[in-house]
Amino acid sequence: MQENIKKEETNKNKKPNKKPMLILIAFYTLFVAVSYIFNFDSGIKMGENFAFFAIDMIKLFPPAFILVGLFMVWVDRKTIEKYFGEKSGLMGHLAAILLACTTLYPFVVVLPMAAALSKKGARLSIVLTYLGASAICRIPMTIFEASFLGLKFSILRYVISLPLIVLSSIFIEKIVGRKYMLNNPELDS
Amino acid sequence: MMAYIYGLASISLLTSAIINKQKTIKALKTAWNLFVKILPLLIVTLILVSVVLYFLPDYVIAKYLGTSDVFVGVIIASVVGAISLLPGFITFPLSGLLLSQGVSYTVLAAFTTSLMMVGVVTFPLEKKYFGTKLAIVRNLVSFAIAIIVSIGIGIIYGEVF
Repeated sequence: MQENIKKEETNKNKKPNKKPMLILIAFYTLFVAVSYIFNFDSGIKMGENFAFFAIDMIKLFPPAFILVGLFMVWVDRKTIEKYFGEKSGLMGHLAAILLACTTLYPFVVVLPMAAALSKKGARLSIVLTYLGASAICRIPMTIFEASFLGLKFSILRYVISLPLIVLSSIFIEKIVGRKYMLNNPELDS
Repeated sequence: MMAYIYGLASISLLTSAIINKQKTIKALKTAWNLFVKILPLLIVTLILVSVVLYFLPDYVIAKYLGTSDVFVGVIIASVVGAISLLPGFITFPLSGLLLSQGVSYTVLAAFTTSLMMVGVVTFPLEKKYFGTKLAIVRNLVSFAIAIIVSIGIGIIYGEVF
């Protein structure tokens, strides 16, 4: 019962939130369309930027979301709790870093994956380590980085930032509370 | 790289379908629901990215980071990195170019780390998955990390202190 009431409340809260988004999308579309008609440079450039990133996302999303979907269905809660759960400690952070290193996606696709991990019982601080580590130590990206800035730079960056990420994740969990995700059931995951 | 992701997804999907059709259909439905839920916000994010990149294209970023003072450079680099959202294949060649123009490793570390960890334009998206409080705290802490990393790199390369 209580859950239903809570859900209704969040639904009510959500509805008005969509409107500004739709207005923004409509306004932007109109602006770009008008820019193309009247050959207005700024609008055309923005439209090109949009198309450039949108094409990237469209290519990336089907496989990425299919993998997250398969993860949600196949990986059982116990496995996640064992490796990333409340009791996994430092090894959990290490596992999260290893998982993050193999990440191929940009942040926008890592987000739903991290949310899925959390939903399956991963500890908040470990989810945060995964988020942070996947931002800075994706191996495919690092190879690219090292070829432009040198291997020394990349290694130093890993060595300095990874401990900071683990420490800050534990710290952030303390600030928002370990049960933060459970206390916010309206969040998408 | 894209081929690799598609390969991985197809093999996983195929394996899943062979083992259990029902579960695979459920997985595809889950994937679709996740996508539909996030689509409006994703469009908004793309809009923000397109606007930010219009005002902060790579050559403007290059101009801002080229300042001679390391400390001013670090602050500018981390702020620009936080606001902007460049893909890796632009970020690193750009950083390489800046390096050859004399921009310090310290400034580049602040720029790349902040770019990768702090997301002002992706904030609405992050908020949807992790709530306002966590999204704000995570971004602030990430910003601090970017500055610490850059100072660390600066000390080791002998560029600061």
